[in-house]
Amino acid sequence: MNWQNILTVYLKELKDSLRDRRTLISMIVVPTLIMPIIMFGVGTVISKVMQQAQSETVSVMLLGGADSPGVVAALKADKKFRLVPAAADYQQLISDKQVRVAVELPAGFEASLTGGGVQTVSLYYYAGELKSGFGLKAVQDFFTSLKEKTIETRLAERGLSAAVIKPFVIRKQNVAPPEKVGGNAIGGFIPYLIIILCFTGAMYPAMDLTAGEKERGTMETLLCSPVHRINIVMGKFLMVLTASLTTVLFSIVSMGVSAALGVMYFGGKATSQSATSAMVGQAAEGGSIPLIDPVGLIGVAALVLPVAVFFAALLLAISLFAKSYKEAQSYISPLIVVVIMPAVIGMLPGVELNAKLALVPILNLSLVCKEMLSGVWHWDYIALIFGSSCVYAAIALGFAVKMFNREDVMFRA
Amino acid sequence: MIEARNLTKTFKDKKRGVITAVNDVSFTCRPGQIYGLLGANGAGKTTTLRLLATLLQPTSGSARLAGFDAATEANQVRAHVGFLAASTALYGRLTAREMITYFGRLNGLADATIKERLNRLAAELDMRDFLDRRCDKFSTGMKQKTSIARTLIHDPAVMIFDEPTLGLDVMTARSIVKFVRDCRNRGKTVIYSTHVMSEVEKICDVIGIIHDGRLVTEGTLAELRQRFGETDMEEIFVKAVGGEAALVAALKN
Repeated sequence: MNWQNILTVYLKELKDSLRDRRTLISMIVVPTLIMPIIMFGVGTVISKVMQQAQSETVSVMLLGGADSPGVVAALKADKKFRLVPAAADYQQLISDKQVRVAVELPAGFEASLTGGGVQTVSLYYYAGELKSGFGLKAVQDFFTSLKEKTIETRLAERGLSAAVIKPFVIRKQNVAPPEKVGGNAIGGFIPYLIIILCFTGAMYPAMDLTAGEKERGTMETLLCSPVHRINIVMGKFLMVLTASLTTVLFSIVSMGVSAALGVMYFGGKATSQSATSAMVGQAAEGGSIPLIDPVGLIGVAALVLPVAVFFAALLLAISLFAKSYKEAQSYISPLIVVVIMPAVIGMLPGVELNAKLALVPILNLSLVCKEMLSGVWHWDYIALIFGSSCVYAAIALGFAVKMFNREDVMFRA
Repeated sequence: MIEARNLTKTFKDKKRGVITAVNDVSFTCRPGQIYGLLGANGAGKTTTLRLLATLLQPTSGSARLAGFDAATEANQVRAHVGFLAASTALYGRLTAREMITYFGRLNGLADATIKERLNRLAAELDMRDFLDRRCDKFSTGMKQKTSIARTLIHDPAVMIFDEPTLGLDVMTARSIVKFVRDCRNRGKTVIYSTHVMSEVEKICDVIGIIHDGRLVTEGTLAELRQRFGETDMEEIFVKAVGGEAALVAALKN
């Protein structure tokens, strides 16, 4: 290895890549924009849609109830509901989203409220349809409150206090510090995002610097130079690694800025409806963006490095085998699924780190990041993961060098 | 000086089994001479030249270029060889100056030396107008000039040209031929492969006819004319490879 030559190759590849629009898009534009788009774009749309669905009056079709004027009047008086005339094809109307909920009151319903018999109120709705779901909840609330009132009345008639049916209450108290909640909730999401971006950031330059060069005929030109092939591989590898880490860096910075802006933009309790909450799940119940342990982020960065090396070297070796950019794409694209799978498994709640999983590439990173971001440091696992990742990275790099020295790969006809 | 000794190169092909692309080829090219390697498509010209340029390793046999062994001193060989082929393209996103400077650096030259040589080459090849423009916007002629400057930046003693005029217009092809002659006149060892008979007649001092991986005959134009009793290069070529039937059979493979 000759560092002077490696540097020469690296600097040329850097200059070359920075002039390539496609590399710039995958390295800088996509990671910078993806977080704000997810948080503000999708988030705003979702919260708008939700708010609109919730604030709309619910069209309720009343079936029966001719002998229950009191209940019908109360339903009519409630501003949340808009009663529509009964129709025989109510099920079809609900399916067609013209009516959100249908309420069937049994005969003699109102009379039975004082009479004592158990009656059934049927609610018809369309499961999975957002607005119908909201409508169902509103109607259910109405009848639940009616039920409670009826109980109170009956108890009062018998001279009993309401406390008779309420022997105790349950109070929930969260003892986890905010960053732990944050770590658990977004701890799964951040490593997922980083792993994906780490891979996609390396993908384009890896293909361009190998198969792309073969296709354009510059590979043979480069091989004519007296530089030993290992230096060419290392120079190219460093460029791919740079692209991968730059992608991750831009995404993390963008994520931080988006989160900070998110707090300002959505404010305290509005967050519960924003995309931030959709993303971070239970953490948002607290009503604000969950805190992340900053030391955890440093740990994540340290452990991502060998994985980035692994990706860069592996992608370089695989795409080198291809004759053209298109061929390389067909080899690399399916790999995204292979990378996403362990990342997703790591995101699932309940999958915990152990010595065996610490040896599974990508999944181990995903799991340890979740722990570190929530302030848990299993140093033995961390060492094991760092060590095994370094071994995988070294193997991949060795593989890439080997491929570069195979003339049947370099000059594949 | 190029000395090829019993060079043999075989490839494994899934469908056709083992293919002998170059079969026991030996020849010598001397400084101040242009050695023309003449052969039909697929005869083994490119593989031979790639073996000389150390891009491929021979299955057996050896080659010495500029005093270095191609197998054991490959890096030294490449440092003393300029290789120009239809398949050696330019980096489209670099300017001509950056391209040439890059290869100067890869050859271990100091930046001051590169600058000085680049200025001289740019003047000789009349490429000052486009030196700082990106290669992907170049005409074929501009590309060829830049490629030539790239092969010459380290002032190699041996020049290898693999069908350098392939697909070029007449004017560009002529300027390449002129440049190849210039290289010889400066005392460089030049090997030049082509399937164009007229080019061989015009510029080559020694002609080697390669057919089906074998060097079937070798000599000056006068020697070949005498040996085959023909004056026309094309007739000499057909006779050398064993008649038209042999040529057709080889092309079918």
